[in-house]
Amino acid sequence: MWDMRFDVIVVGGGHAGCEAAAAAARCGAQTLLLTHDPAKLGEMSCNPAIGGVGKGHLVREVDALDGLMGRAADAAGIHFKLLNRSKGPAVRGPRAQADRRLYREAVQALLAETANLTILGEPAEDLVIEDGRLQGVVTGTGRRIACGALVITTGTFLRGVIHIGEQRIPAGRVGEAPSVGLALALERLGLPLARLKTGTPPRLDGRTIDWANLEMQPGDAEPEPLSWLTEAITNRQVECGITHTTARTHEIIRGSLHLSAVYGGRIEGVGPRYCPSVEDKVVRFAQRERHQIFLEPEGLDDPTVYPNGISTSLPEDVQRAMIASIPGLERTVILRPGYAIEYDHVDPRALGPTLECKALPGLFLAGQINGTTGYEEAAAQGLLAGVNAAHVAAGSAAPATLTRAEAYLGVLLDDLTLQGVSEPYRMLTARSEYRLSLRADNAGMRLTEKGIAWGCVGPTRAALHRRFAADVAAALDRARAEGATPAAYAAAGVAVNQDGRWRSALDTLALPAMSAEAAERLFPWLRDLPRRVRAYVEAEALYGPYLARQAGERALLEREEALAIPPEVNFAEIAGLSNEMRDRLQRARPTTLGGAGRLPGITPAAIAALAVHLRRGVSRETA
Amino acid sequence: MSVIFALATGAGRSAVAVMRLSGAGTGEVLAALAGRLPAPRRASLRLLRHAGVELDRALVLWFPGPGSYTGEDSAELHLHGGPAVIAAVAEALAALGARPAEPGEFTRRAFLHGRLDLTAAEGIADLISAETEAQRRQALRQAEGGLAARHAAWAQRLTQLLARQEAFIEFEEEDLPGDLDARVEADAATLRGELEAMLAEGDRGEKLREGLTIAILGAPNAGKSSLLNALAGREAAIVSARAGTTRDVVEVRLILAGVPVTLADTAGLREAADEIEQEGIRRALARAETADLRLLVFAADAAPDEATLALRGPDALVVLNKADLPHAGLEGALPVSARSGEGLAALRQRLEEAAAARAGLAEVAVLTRPRHRAALREAVEELARLPEAGLPELRAEALRRALRALGRLTGRVDVEQVLDVVFGEFCIGK
Repeated sequence: MWDMRFDVIVVGGGHAGCEAAAAAARCGAQTLLLTHDPAKLGEMSCNPAIGGVGKGHLVREVDALDGLMGRAADAAGIHFKLLNRSKGPAVRGPRAQADRRLYREAVQALLAETANLTILGEPAEDLVIEDGRLQGVVTGTGRRIACGALVITTGTFLRGVIHIGEQRIPAGRVGEAPSVGLALALERLGLPLARLKTGTPPRLDGRTIDWANLEMQPGDAEPEPLSWLTEAITNRQVECGITHTTARTHEIIRGSLHLSAVYGGRIEGVGPRYCPSVEDKVVRFAQRERHQIFLEPEGLDDPTVYPNGISTSLPEDVQRAMIASIPGLERTVILRPGYAIEYDHVDPRALGPTLECKALPGLFLAGQINGTTGYEEAAAQGLLAGVNAAHVAAGSAAPATLTRAEAYLGVLLDDLTLQGVSEPYRMLTARSEYRLSLRADNAGMRLTEKGIAWGCVGPTRAALHRRFAADVAAALDRARAEGATPAAYAAAGVAVNQDGRWRSALDTLALPAMSAEAAERLFPWLRDLPRRVRAYVEAEALYGPYLARQAGERALLEREEALAIPPEVNFAEIAGLSNEMRDRLQRARPTTLGGAGRLPGITPAAIAALAVHLRRGVSRETA
Repeated sequence: MSVIFALATGAGRSAVAVMRLSGAGTGEVLAALAGRLPAPRRASLRLLRHAGVELDRALVLWFPGPGSYTGEDSAELHLHGGPAVIAAVAEALAALGARPAEPGEFTRRAFLHGRLDLTAAEGIADLISAETEAQRRQALRQAEGGLAARHAAWAQRLTQLLARQEAFIEFEEEDLPGDLDARVEADAATLRGELEAMLAEGDRGEKLREGLTIAILGAPNAGKSSLLNALAGREAAIVSARAGTTRDVVEVRLILAGVPVTLADTAGLREAADEIEQEGIRRALARAETADLRLLVFAADAAPDEATLALRGPDALVVLNKADLPHAGLEGALPVSARSGEGLAALRQRLEEAAAARAGLAEVAVLTRPRHRAALREAVEELARLPEAGLPELRAEALRRALRALGRLTGRVDVEQVLDVVFGEFCIGK
């Protein structure tokens, strides 16, 4: 009755799907990746850039767990920039603009060399559920395929509708069909669905842009790779152009607002606050005379240019007039109009902390289907879901999860599954209360050992990581053991309090008065440290005192995190909770007291009542 | 939550006694007692009956939730204020499934239902225990949300500062105002100044809530106990011509300028041989240490003693007692006579001024509890770290912690609120 059988099936070949399939396969699961069109694996359907502040942190975490995204971005990157270079290491975000074709090729090559992975160019149309258990899927050609666990990563394909002015086209991406059958199957499961929207700008023909009259922005002279496996960036690097909207542009937009899908009232979905359409910008920030636009080349031998900053759903002729009103784009040809897309997403509160559906064990959801936006957010979820799907298929009871204190991925999981989303969710470092310890430069130190235990980290990375960890430990030991007296620091030109107190290198490395030269004069061995090891030691020196101050709060949070709310707790029975608090708790079903405290609208009084109830329950059991 | 009831008026015989009910099911209980539910928030005269027995003719008020004090369905029964009526109605309510409320339970329910924030709930507790007019006004202001409003205004400004700092961190490549980072530091310094000013207002609010202590100190037989009795208007302390009559601390409660004041008479300060007297003197000095104000008493007929002179200072008021006897005066001392009453009015006025200065009712809502002060001080300390923090993420850290400290007063400020400000204030997006 089954045509094929796999441990794990992944539906969808976007960034979440590719990471999920590769991670499951790395964990040893026989894995099948089902997608409409295998040639589109690794497609970047929006902005051709990977990383940034917060997002770059996620890429490094994916990389630390041996994921694909960082390596593919390095192989395809044609313009690298380390954002926030002048700020501290905790908020520095590596970013690469990628050649779209090279990126696809890099992802497909990485998938091709992944053992245990089969790729099939067929859509999934239905789920097979028997006796309340997920058994497998039915594909578009009627093939029945059994599996131990399933990861659905269908992005915006769930009842996607594209809007260009008054035009409405049912689709996932331009030219691709939406998955209606699967949406219906998910709806039958009773998963709560909601509608979101996002948008994209028109694509321009770079050969018709007046580059000579535009301000150009080069990438970093020394590109910072996204993956720690990357030794060097070898692609030719290109520059981006910078231009801006004009008073004329704003006039055109204002005159056509009624034709915009967003403003014409044809879209019900909620859009993101941080990615407004150009219509939104002109309306909400009417006092601004101009808005910045980055002109990002989509490839080395591809004339397509992505004008970052003017996503729109205005009709095509209005888009043409708008583009022509922008300096440098007066004669520019639009290759493809911008559009807004509306799609269904699943309320991620229906998922547990491993992204498994509470209602149907064995079914995992990852990526934009959970209400997030961005390749990086999708990839990170995909990787985690893939690992857990492999574990479930293998009958392992140990879930692979991360807490808010461990990773941005932990923040992402916690926010999604506890708070749900009210707009497409994007990672920001502001979302983490542990920002100083969750850095892009220490992702490996935070996560790779975990990944090794989960089975998703290969031998090459494991060896590289262990060598780095040993180097860091040795360097930190030395920085703690070696130091100098105030007189010696003063002699090296570093002003410290002349209190006669000996200070270690770790105590003084981050002092504003300590230049790199002075540090090397005092501690010549710093010069011999590998660049990343030295950067790590310097970051620890910088943030160490702050992290120590937070230790108390952190301990409190960990205690709250440790106080589990058993699944059998009936919130309706807890004395002292108002009906509203009961509803909120019942809906989100937090698994720890700490999680309950982070739910929106939960009052401190309700947390106190819950804590009393939990403690009472514990003492009754032990009594 | 279960239906609770309690007498809202004092115990004992009175013209009217008010019985309050709250909780899901109040409507049923009320209907069972009064026949049917009256129109919401309208007084109706009803004959209350239970088990075929007529209990009382009462004014009945029905407050459906959530627009009630507790946020739940609630009711009031205005009964005739006799003990038998009250007992009979309470018995009927219990028979109908309601239970007597625990102390403070109505307010606690209001807090749980989000009808009050923490400072407002504290204000109500203070209002109930207010003894003086100034206390009542301070408590009412807090219960009405005066303190919460001041905190909320600060939290809002701090949220805005944090949002700017976060925007500077997250959106480097956006067209943000160039002076964003510098403005954060300047605005944080302004805010810190205001918080410090509030702290510098001192503990007036707490003192008004808790009352002041004034210790009367002086040599034996300076007439401290006579002065206490004269100020109290009654014979609270034993007075005799024998030096060292007062051995332990004797206290009386007064109200001065609307502030509850504890006046403490202490053992005379001298080299005592008697063990009990020594202990009394030790206690006197300890009291002098903790008192808000020290009233130093010298006798006109004796040379000023060194032990008492040593206690002079900004919180000391010096009086020269027995001024009805011939005397040479004492610099800076107010001449009084506990015996003749001379100078007592002036002394009372000086004490009232001193009390008002330390605990008077302020123009605006003030801090009334140590936890308010602690939270505010923590916020100030965090803001003080800003200039030295250097890096934007460290500045953000200080702002976050300051916001968390303020949030402890009235409720949390979470990251979504910060992001709302970021995206509302700046045009961000690609």
